[in-house]
Amino acid sequence: MLRMNSVSKVYRTDTVETHALREFSLSVEEGEFVSVTGPSGSGKTTFLNIAGLLEELTDGSYELDGRDISSLNDRERSRVRNEKIGFIFQSFNLIPELDIFDNVDVPLRYRGLKSAERRRRVERCLELVGLASRMKHLPAQLSGGQQQRVAIARALAGEPRFLLADEPTGNLDTHMADSVMELLAEINAGGTTIIMVTHELTLADRAKRNIFVRDGNVSDGYGSDASPELHFASAANA
Amino acid sequence: MFTYYLKLGLLSIRANPALSSLMVAAVAIGIGACMTIVTVRHVMSDNPIAHKNDVLYHVQVDNWNPADPYQDPDLPPEQMAYIDAKALYDADRAFRQTTSYKTSRIIQPDGDDARPFTLDVRATTADFFPMFDVPFAYGAGWDRASDRNEERVAVLSWELNEQLYGGEDPVGQMLTVNGEPYRIAGVLDEWTPVPKFYDLNNNPYGAPEQLYLPFSLAVANNFNRSGNTSCWKPVEDGGPEAFLASECIWIQMWIELRDASEKQDYMRFLDAYVEEQKLLGRFPRPLNNRLHTPEEWLEYQEVVDDTVGILLSLAVLFLVVCLLNTIGLLLAKVMRRAKDISLRRALGASKSTLFAQYIIEAGMIGAAGGLLGIVMTWLGLRGIEQLFIEYDFIEHLVRMDWSMVLLAVALAVLSALAAALYPTWRACNITPASQLRIQ
Repeated sequence: MLRMNSVSKVYRTDTVETHALREFSLSVEEGEFVSVTGPSGSGKTTFLNIAGLLEELTDGSYELDGRDISSLNDRERSRVRNEKIGFIFQSFNLIPELDIFDNVDVPLRYRGLKSAERRRRVERCLELVGLASRMKHLPAQLSGGQQQRVAIARALAGEPRFLLADEPTGNLDTHMADSVMELLAEINAGGTTIIMVTHELTLADRAKRNIFVRDGNVSDGYGSDASPELHFASAANA
Repeated sequence: MFTYYLKLGLLSIRANPALSSLMVAAVAIGIGACMTIVTVRHVMSDNPIAHKNDVLYHVQVDNWNPADPYQDPDLPPEQMAYIDAKALYDADRAFRQTTSYKTSRIIQPDGDDARPFTLDVRATTADFFPMFDVPFAYGAGWDRASDRNEERVAVLSWELNEQLYGGEDPVGQMLTVNGEPYRIAGVLDEWTPVPKFYDLNNNPYGAPEQLYLPFSLAVANNFNRSGNTSCWKPVEDGGPEAFLASECIWIQMWIELRDASEKQDYMRFLDAYVEEQKLLGRFPRPLNNRLHTPEEWLEYQEVVDDTVGILLSLAVLFLVVCLLNTIGLLLAKVMRRAKDISLRRALGASKSTLFAQYIIEAGMIGAAGGLLGIVMTWLGLRGIEQLFIEYDFIEHLVRMDWSMVLLAVALAVLSALAAALYPTWRACNITPASQLRIQ
């Protein structure tokens, strides 16, 4: 479903060349819940940005649903983002001047759905995250956990095949983080593929499969004879 | 999506009231300054008889000094000598024709306490009124028979009728002009052609005359001339008759021709007339007859002063400065909204979608700036009016019409859109990934 083959990403300035991903290869099948961990600067977020078509890769190939992404133009990439991918960000990224309903409605507007269909989807998703009664509230009137639930509702409203979550609980306390993780597990149980970047190993363990990224490369799982902590320790010593 | 973008634009303007107000103000001030000058220029260069531009012609013949043209480069006089005006009028070769000049008369209002006063008068012929579509409130103009018979008939302006008869219908009553009784044939409706195309001498923006009397009567009774009179050689002794027979120019002549063939015929007639006069020892200069439409005549006479053009250039430059300012403010706004733009890109907005969103928002700012710019323009025109309050013609130059209002809004929207192009392009090219993750 998601296939990256020897993907490289290089950031260039006049004087510096930074290799964020090197020969990065990964396959994710439909319905998987994959966590991506690794030390800071290892390339986790770069991987997620490329997977979410927010950045272009420098080299290699990337197929999503059997389609070569590198050949798409801006309009086509935007359509793929809108129809196949949902994003959940650490800092929620809700639009402060729009109420909750309108925030969830944003991706549906870009898809050009009719008003009645948009309303049906927004209400269903807000119900799913337990915020149907807060539709007319502004983001600032909600707690951090509730804001992240709205962000999840927004990501789900487009009924995406992929949910890409970047530190989805990073700004939440333990209780709220737990409830968000439960929600993600429910969503995954419904068939949505989830790729979650996190630096919290306890959360990573709740995924069905763990990817460890180091120096822009991927190793599938922590390995049979090593704990995640050991991986981090070896990465830190490297 | 258009209404959605409008809603987003409104929300964005409300979310950044200070920045939005500054942008609206920048556009409004630029539009106000520019439109003030554009409006004055528009009025100055307007053709008030545009709907008859293809049938009316100002007539010029060159009876001037063989050694020195009337005006370089070899231009014929703007007015006509009486001898030519009468000959051409009497020949009656045009569908309509009028000869006229400006004079002044003393009016003695009815009533023992009423004091006489002097006013500007146009001595003209019967066709003046239908040729120039002069509107009548009461009665009508006189006919050609009245011209031939040198009848004492008069047409009053709306203002004079207000002054003398309180706006009531005075047709058929007698008006005392320089001690002689004149029968009132008609009263004009409000009529202020700006510029005063039929006689651009002295002040093209002055008010039209308040009283209209037959040309033939004025000439026969030697009414004074208040317009321009130019002579290239001394008038021989012999009183008024000698002046009428002289080469002095002081009469404006206009004709109405219905199509191109009539124009061609008239031009041939004019050439033949001058050739004939040459045989009699007149018209020493080469053949140089001209027929100008009102629009050509306004341009020929350079009604719009060069100073207005310079002022207009400065006003446009000022608008450009205001727009550069707006570009800076829009850029600041876009940079503040980089995260919002990136988020929308992540949620599926293409560059073209975002471009439309931000251009519409800029258009809204432009429209608001345009509306405020209309107020600024009005204030600017009132300022000009106060500055030149001692000139009675100024009120004709500082009026706004709907075309100017629409132009102000359109110009403001277009200016804002132009100003938004670069900031919007920047907005569309923000890399989403750089803005969305905060560790």
